[in-house]
Parts: sequence; structure tokens; C-alpha cells
Amino acid sequence: MANNEHRLAFEKPIYELEEHLEKLEAKPEQTPEVRNEIRGLRRERVELIKSIYGNLRPWETVEVARHPERPMTADYLETVFEEFVELHGDKHFGDDRAIRTGFAKLDTFKVMVVGQQKGKTLKERQLCNYGFAHPEGYRKAMAKMKTAAKFGMPIVCFIDTGGAFPGIGAEERGQAYVIAQSMYEMSRLPTPIACVVIGEGGSGGALGIAVGDRVAMLENAYYSVISPEGCAGIIWKSNSFKEQAAEALKFTAKDLLRFGAIDDIIAEPLGGAHRDPGLMANRLKMYLRGALRELCAKPIDKLVAERYEKFRRMGIFLESPPEPAQQPSPDGHPLRPPHQTAATAAPEPV
Amino acid sequence: MLKRPKRGVPEGLWIRCPGCQQTIFRKEAEKNLNVCPECDDHWYVPARQRIAQVLDAGTFEERFAGLTTADPLGFVDPGSPYPQRLEREQKRTGLTEAAVVGTGMIRARRVAFGVTDSGFMMGSMGSVVGEKLTRIIEVAVDQQLPLIIISGSGGGARMHEGILSLMQMAKTSAALARYDSAGGLFISVLTNPTMGGVAASFASLGDAIFAEPNAMVGFAGPRVIKAAIRMELPKGFQTSEFLLEHGYIDRIVRRKDLKSELARTIDYCGK
Repeated sequence: MANNEHRLAFEKPIYELEEHLEKLEAKPEQTPEVRNEIRGLRRERVELIKSIYGNLRPWETVEVARHPERPMTADYLETVFEEFVELHGDKHFGDDRAIRTGFAKLDTFKVMVVGQQKGKTLKERQLCNYGFAHPEGYRKAMAKMKTAAKFGMPIVCFIDTGGAFPGIGAEERGQAYVIAQSMYEMSRLPTPIACVVIGEGGSGGALGIAVGDRVAMLENAYYSVISPEGCAGIIWKSNSFKEQAAEALKFTAKDLLRFGAIDDIIAEPLGGAHRDPGLMANRLKMYLRGALRELCAKPIDKLVAERYEKFRRMGIFLESPPEPAQQPSPDGHPLRPPHQTAATAAPEPV
Repeated sequence: MLKRPKRGVPEGLWIRCPGCQQTIFRKEAEKNLNVCPECDDHWYVPARQRIAQVLDAGTFEERFAGLTTADPLGFVDPGSPYPQRLEREQKRTGLTEAAVVGTGMIRARRVAFGVTDSGFMMGSMGSVVGEKLTRIIEVAVDQQLPLIIISGSGGGARMHEGILSLMQMAKTSAALARYDSAGGLFISVLTNPTMGGVAASFASLGDAIFAEPNAMVGFAGPRVIKAAIRMELPKGFQTSEFLLEHGYIDRIVRRKDLKSELARTIDYCGK
């Protein structure tokens, strides 16, 4: 059960009902009436959670995605994989604890895991800088991904960060450069890459390890070009408008699927991943197993070409008059994507 | 009352240099490529003027000019809805979007060329900027041309198009990776300012990276950094010179030398 300080405001009716239920369940004498009431309340609880979680506002989704008890990379390393052998070295500056990398086993798959870690306890959070990685974190990720590709190992990335760290050292050590370089290399790495946004997908810091053959989001994760607070500060001149900004940015899993920015949504347990981390881990494992099976069956050339095409198609715009298509090059290389216009690609208004 | 344009050399015969505060005769500054003749401060140059400065006269053929911006998010901005904002920027700058791309000649060397104009919505990258740049990169692959992109963007990835803007970072980077695999030469030129999602994608991926003197270049904006670390930032932080010192750019190139430096690099790489 969530302790009091971690209770989200919109979950209050759930906790009230649960407290009432607990009191009844604790009664030493369970008369038929009490048992009936308990049954009724249990049903009611499920319905209540369904209705609250079925209608989360975008800002509430952010609160769930940032929930301190939400399972993080370090949890999944224990629950999704049979083994995790951490590899620490970026061979350049230092071990960034905001990004964990290493060998792991998932069923018969030997994979390279790259995962962002925000930390749970205060001590851990400080150690991994609240999940805000420095350039050395991205350098480490890139180096390990190249190792994986060299030895034919698929890569699994877990994205959970507010963003890449904005600081003096980060700028001195090339934050912009390493993120660009990481996307650049990931787009052509000759090995399957499966990415899952498990919590926060904070801008370039998230995308830096999210150029994959499959990019999925957990149901209550969010993935955005800018934090709602940052957007509110710019547009509304005050970050107290974060709720409005959250609406405007259209960054929930459903929105991103609609825009073609992600491939899949992984359903969370009733009431969010933090209510049942075990079930969440199972679903994540099932998803990864399926994705890896499918991706590993593809010839590498096809895999990399499809990865390129997927990102190549991203964007919604208008074109008029369209330029005549260029002659395809003689070797038929697949650079030219099916052309997308707002008329054909824009989502229906909802 | 019309708002005064925020960027660009203001109207009038005389201009005050933002660098040295001297009053400069406008004609003289223009002759000097919008560089202050007193203190060498490199001022803003609009995209069309930049093309005229860098490419041989009359050689530029614009491509993909028919790409225009949609409002896929229906972005809610209480101040000014996105389509209206775009319209204003278009009127003010005479551009349809923040990027202009095409082919042209640099001292008789044919190149694929792109420029982002920091005067158009802070040079931020949405779907159209990403698409135009990606297509010109593809032209460079197909026609085996050297590629020059001159970046000016204080805005990074444009938040009005949300995740679609973020994805342009991956799209342009992936296109450059293909161009690289095909053996292409990409020279990235950074101008004041080049920040955020633009700095963290195509602008950082040059085989050679040049920057104009004293341009502001970096990942996070100084205000964001100050808020995060609650410290004053060192003098000269996030300037071209700072980046040169830390090994992230190859040369600081003054505007008057840009054309010949580009031509020379193309020649060295045998492109």
C-alpha cells in the first residue's frame, strides 16, 4: 500500500474506499452483512480504479509516470531478466549511475540492457542524479550498444528520465554532441533494438537511447519534447500552468501512437504499474519476448532499412504543389519514403 | 501599433552594435556582411542574405519550397494560436519556414545546402524544418554532393509540434548516418545561437564543424542551467570559443572567410 506522502491527489477516493474496506476486513466478527458489504466494496474498488485510471488527465498521467513507487529500471533488471551483469565503463570520464548498462538474459535471449535509473531512496536518487544523465552516461550507452552489435546481441533500452542534465560539466563534456551521436549510431546499428518508455520520456535525453526497431510505451508513461513545467514557463510565463501545458503537448502513449511516434502501448495493471509491479514486470517481459523473437527473425539489412524508414516517415506537414518525385537511384536504395501529408496522415480530431 | 522586429538589422540609417554599443552606419555594416566594423561582433544574418553571402551569385536553386507547416497538435497557446504565430513570422521574415534548402555552387563547387534562420520562430525545428533538411541530405546522397548546413536556432525542437518535433532530431540524424555511410562530406556551420534539439542533432554531426566567433552554442539554455545548479555561469560559457577549447568544434571561422574555408575543406576531402 502506498504510504501517505506518495498518495496522488486524484487517487484520494481510492484510498478512502480502501481504508474503509480494510476496517471491515479487520473486524473480528464477520456477519453475513459485513461479508456482503466487503464483497460490494471490492467490486466498487475495481470499478472506481477503472473509472479514475480510464480518464486520467495528461497532468495526472505525468504524476503516475513520476510516482516514487513506480517500478524503475533497477526493478525490472531483477524481475524481467534472469541475470544482469553490469558493465560500468564509459572509458572516457566516469561511471554515470543515471544510465545502467550490461549483459542480461531474457529466456533464451542474451541481450544488452541500457536503462535509465532515477532512484527511489534519497541516497540512491542523489547517486544517480535523479535520472538526469551526463554525457558519460550516453557515451557508456553508445559503447555498450556497439559491443552488442559486434557480437550479434539484441539491445533492450528502458527510458525513464526527466531529461539530459543541464549543467556546466554536461556542456563542457558535450551533452548535445553525445545525444546527436547516439541517435546517429543507433539508426544504423546492425542488431535488433527494442525500446520501452517505462516512466518519463524527457526530450532529447530520452530520445538519445530510443532510436529502435520497436519503441513502446507503458500505458501511463509520457514522452515529450519538453517537460510540462518547461512549456508552461515559456508559453504561460509561469510553471503553475503545467496542467494546461500537459494538455497542449499531447504526450500520452495514446497521442504518440496516433502520431506514429511509437509502435506499441503496453497495458499497465489496474491503477498503474505502482499498484502491481510484479504483474507489470510480467507484461513487460511478454512484450520484450515477442518483440525480440520477431526482430531476431529478420535479416539484419531489412531490419536496419525498416528502422530507418520508420523514423524517416515521422512528421506531419502539408505539401503543395508536391515536387515531382526524383528518379529512383539505379541501385534502388530505399531513401524515398512514401510521402506523407497532413491530408493523409493527420489524425482525426478527438 | 506594429511590434518592432526582434531580430534583424533594424530599419534606419544607423545601427547600434549590440556588442560594443557603437553607432554604426548601416550601409557600412551591410557591406561588411553584417559584422560590426568596430568590434567584429557577428550579427544576425537572415537566410536569404546568408545564401547570397555563401553561394556563388545566381547559383542557388531552392528545393522543397512547397512544404508548409500544419498544426497537428492543435496547439493551445493563449497568446497566439500556432497557425497565427506562423503567419506573423512569415510576414515578418518573408520565409515560409525556418529552413531554406537547395543546391548551389561554392567557388564553382556544387553543393547541397541548407540554412536555418534564427529569426523565424527562433529557428526552431518542427516537421517542415526536419523534412526539408532530410530531403536535402537525401539529395546529397543521390547526387553525391558535399553538404553544408548553416544552423541558427535558439529554439531547438519546436514545442508547438510536440513529439513530432522531437522525432525530427532522430530523422535528420538517421539521414546523416546514411549520408556518412555513403561517404558524403558534411560541413556543419554553427551561428549564433545554436541550441537544444538542433545542437543535439544534425548540427553536431558534421565531419567538420565550424562556428562563427562568439556564437552561443549548447544543449541547455543558460536560464535552465542556472535554475538547475543555482550557480552563476562562468564568463564565456557556451560560446564558440568555449566549444573549441573543449574539443567540440573544429574551427572558428569569421564570416568573411567562410566561403573560402568551405571550399578548401571540400577540396581537402576530395569531394
